Amino acid sequence: MAMETVKGRAASVSFRNVSKIYGRDVLAVDDVSIDIAPGKLVTLLGPSGCGKTTMLRMIAGLEMASKGQIMIGDKDVTTLPATDRDVSMVFQSYALFPHMSVIENVSYGLKFSGFGKGETRDRAMAGLGLVGLTQLAERLPSELSGGQQQRVAVARALVLEPQVLLFDEPLSNLDAKLRRQVREEIRDIQQKLGLTVVYVTHDQEEALAVSDEIVVMRNASIAQVGTPQDLYEAPVDAFVADFIGEANLIPCRIEAVEDGTALISVGGFRHRVPARGLPPGPATLAVRPSRVRVQKGLDQDGVPARIAKATYVGSRMEYTVTADFGSLFAVLDDVEEPLAPGEDVTLHFAASGPVLIPAA
Amino acid sequence: MRTVTSERTTHPVLIFWMLAGWVGYLILPWYGIERFYEFDWLTDGYPLDTDYAPAAFLIGQGEKLWLAPMVPALLAPLAVLGRRKTDPLFARVLIVAGAGGFAWLIAQGFGVGLRGWGFSWLEALFGPLGDRQFGMGYGAMLVASSFLFLFTQGIAARGAVNGDVFVVSAIGGVITVVSIFVFFPIVRMLISAFVTQDGGYSVAVFLSKFFNDRLWGLGCLSGGRCGAAWNSLFLAIVVGLITTVLGLVFALVLTRSGFRHKNALRALTVLPIITPPFVIGLAIILLFGLSGSVTVFVADLLGIQPTRWVYGMKGIMIAQILAFTPIAFLVLIGVVEGVSPSMEEAAQTLRASRWQVFRTVSLPLMRPGLANAFLLGFIESMADFGNPLVLGGNFDVLSTEIFFAIVGAQYDQGRAAVLAIVLLGFTLGAFYAQRFWLGKKSYTTVSGKGDAGVHPQMPAGLAIPVLALAALWSAFTATIYVMIVYGSFVELWGVRNTLTFKHYLTAFSVRLEEGGIRWTGSAWDSFWTTIQIATIAAPLTAAVGLITAYLLTRQNFAGKNSFEFGTMLSFAIPGTVIGVSYILAFNVPPIEITGTGIILVVSFIFRNMPVGVRAGIASMTQLDKSLDESSLTLGANSWQTFRLVILPLLRPAILAALVYSFVRAMTAISAVIFLVSARYDMATSYIIGRVENNDYGLAIAYSTALIFVMLAAVGMLQIAVGRTRIGRRLSHETGGG
Repeated sequence: MAMETVKGRAASVSFRNVSKIYGRDVLAVDDVSIDIAPGKLVTLLGPSGCGKTTMLRMIAGLEMASKGQIMIGDKDVTTLPATDRDVSMVFQSYALFPHMSVIENVSYGLKFSGFGKGETRDRAMAGLGLVGLTQLAERLPSELSGGQQQRVAVARALVLEPQVLLFDEPLSNLDAKLRRQVREEIRDIQQKLGLTVVYVTHDQEEALAVSDEIVVMRNASIAQVGTPQDLYEAPVDAFVADFIGEANLIPCRIEAVEDGTALISVGGFRHRVPARGLPPGPATLAVRPSRVRVQKGLDQDGVPARIAKATYVGSRMEYTVTADFGSLFAVLDDVEEPLAPGEDVTLHFAASGPVLIPAA
Repeated sequence: MRTVTSERTTHPVLIFWMLAGWVGYLILPWYGIERFYEFDWLTDGYPLDTDYAPAAFLIGQGEKLWLAPMVPALLAPLAVLGRRKTDPLFARVLIVAGAGGFAWLIAQGFGVGLRGWGFSWLEALFGPLGDRQFGMGYGAMLVASSFLFLFTQGIAARGAVNGDVFVVSAIGGVITVVSIFVFFPIVRMLISAFVTQDGGYSVAVFLSKFFNDRLWGLGCLSGGRCGAAWNSLFLAIVVGLITTVLGLVFALVLTRSGFRHKNALRALTVLPIITPPFVIGLAIILLFGLSGSVTVFVADLLGIQPTRWVYGMKGIMIAQILAFTPIAFLVLIGVVEGVSPSMEEAAQTLRASRWQVFRTVSLPLMRPGLANAFLLGFIESMADFGNPLVLGGNFDVLSTEIFFAIVGAQYDQGRAAVLAIVLLGFTLGAFYAQRFWLGKKSYTTVSGKGDAGVHPQMPAGLAIPVLALAALWSAFTATIYVMIVYGSFVELWGVRNTLTFKHYLTAFSVRLEEGGIRWTGSAWDSFWTTIQIATIAAPLTAAVGLITAYLLTRQNFAGKNSFEFGTMLSFAIPGTVIGVSYILAFNVPPIEITGTGIILVVSFIFRNMPVGVRAGIASMTQLDKSLDESSLTLGANSWQTFRLVILPLLRPAILAALVYSFVRAMTAISAVIFLVSARYDMATSYIIGRVENNDYGLAIAYSTALIFVMLAAVGMLQIAVGRTRIGRRLSHETGGG
């Protein structure tokens, strides 16, 4: 066996009707079923307190499911403690052992896996090589920068060649610039080694950027599962639409449905959008701020509105616009000739952007 | 691929405890041996002599046949050695064998005693026994441990605490030792309060001893004498209140004034640690006693006869306030510093004046600290034995009354037990009152996030009296310590005021002879015994304390709250009560250890355990829990995590716990005075003995020497802790989700 490389031994993860109850009646995860395919990077996304971290800790074996069954590969691990599961985790705080050097940290798990001294060191160095920190092997964690500590934590988890690799908000302690870089590195390693990764975050942009699939969670259960495009383009409800990339939620009415296309009225304005199986009646139209077209002056063919607030953020303009049905948030790329507050405008919706979702 | 422990069919831990049980049963002497640490018995008729024989040999000779039923329990685990942990039979066999064996061991221990059957109904049932047994020894101890840990492994295999053998065994171990050495003696003491003179039980006897005028009399309201219970209660409340106020005064000077020499103030916190409690009482006598400097000076000045005015409540109160204020300070400094400056700054920006900030924000946030300080002062005063003995005069308090009930001419165990129950009632009452008063309000102001900012200064109207009080107290304390050192060189205080080394020579003289040093001084015996006992007790105390702290901070299990309460309870039990309950409980089989060094070691472990627990909790909460979790997900089990991650990071805390329990073992008196024997005399009880013989010079010289020894120990700790710098501690908040 070649020692220089770290291999992935990806396995699937399945939750079957899993619930987690803390104390007597605090429901942290409520009857969740989900399948994570081997070799995929799946993100658990949601606001704080939605149960995503609990899900992750149940995969690791740090929390035990109150009900249901958890499978890794084709093995039932529901009652196995963390020590016995073939899973590694990268913690939000990195959790590097402060009294051990970098190489000792990375070797820590290998010691318990029955490797000889030489092989442990080779494997640990290979892991450090993967994150580009071979020169810092003898340092103490406190002598490393935040980004370097993070990489050591990743290397420490990787060298065990786990069936599943878990990340608990790994970027939240890094500054904004470093975040993009580290997130790309994580994605690269995951794809290169074909690892199964479960990743927890509350940052939707991060989730969209790294994931093969995103699981949006709300109130202890799953709101929607899908690829980043699915979620962005076709959210199932107002919560998902708003949580992923912000959306203007406009109450509207479906007048008629023909061949899967709905004729809707917003205020007095009529528009055609895919019906997505919704029947005639009240509904909500979700429109991304970037998909709102704002035209100077009043026009017959559009929704009359007025600029309430204009904010210059450098690369673009952000506007709050008021119309009959309420106010909208719109983003325009044109920073050369900004619109002024109080100005009358006409709104249009882009042809493909807006989606219908059930009435809130 | 990781091997899954629950599917293995070899069980090294199980094999270890099984073998331990066999060694205890087949090889080691079953009954207690007089000299625990010595091994004469090996050449003295072992293994056939019945005093030293292992259980198996006893049965082989047809003796003590009631030990035989343990054999099946010792053999049963063999049947499941080749099975998986997940096999229900594995768990069932271990639980039944462990619990059954342990229960039988306890039952036979109580059932057959020094005079045959332990209970009269057993005799009625089976007829006279015609045999007897002594206290348990090495063999029994090992067999009992083996049964206990077989049982915990069975429980773990059934899935308790995620099947974690180490954690379940640790819980089982702590519960067992606390039950044996804290709860069992207390229960024994409760029972003996009902014992009549001819060995029967009677509520009337208890009631007559309880409602006794010497206990509850109110004569002092009309010029007579009050009962010891009222005296103790009144004294404890006053001392608790005054020490709390003084402690707060010093804490405020340190954190909220422009006072420059703050490090000198911090040195105050060392005083109570290194000073045996009664030393202050001795110094008070030197100052205010019949021939005390101040008394004589004032008497000369006014031309009146010197009096014994200081003996009684006044003297005890002064001594206790001086002795326990640093303890209150120790508690309050943490709390007063812990009040987040940003709270106070926020109040200031909301237009509160300095005085209003102090009254509406700072002081309320210090409430838990104030309650804690009062509780400590109250309990310390209640339990204090040395000062009332030295200064009490005709003023009776519970702790000394208990002592005289046991060692005095009256020798009345029942009365001692009743008094101890009253004392325990008071301290537990205070303990509950404190919990009730604090309620469930959250006073946490340290959020883990960086908190820049400085504490505002006290308002001037408060600062002046506070500084004045602090200065007064400091001057008084300084005088006290100077008096102690000076007094140790004075030949006979107030009579022959010449300076001499006489007392030191009597106590600590050494003669160089052929073949080595001869410790000819009269204090050496007790000094070396003290050092020896304290050295043995310290690591055990630290170990029990840290394991308990680990379980409390790091593990979740059913009954954790009662577990915490049980381990913290011994904190509210005065040493005097421990002392009485130990001699009542451990004077007879099955555990017969009075008069040995073991009982001293054991009493120190459980007296000082709460200190170890608190120190452990304080430093373990500093360690981010994700450190343990990451170790677990990396494949280490909880024992490996404890050993490789937690213990190394706790090195400073361990060291502190070691030194602290060592020093406390050297200064303790209240429990010790009951437990010492001619062979195992301790420094403190020796000194008290000298005081009772009016040999003040020697007592003070010995005390001074002790203070310097302990100062050295604490100093070495400071140096050692300063050197063990490790990497930065991680203390992130855990993320939501």
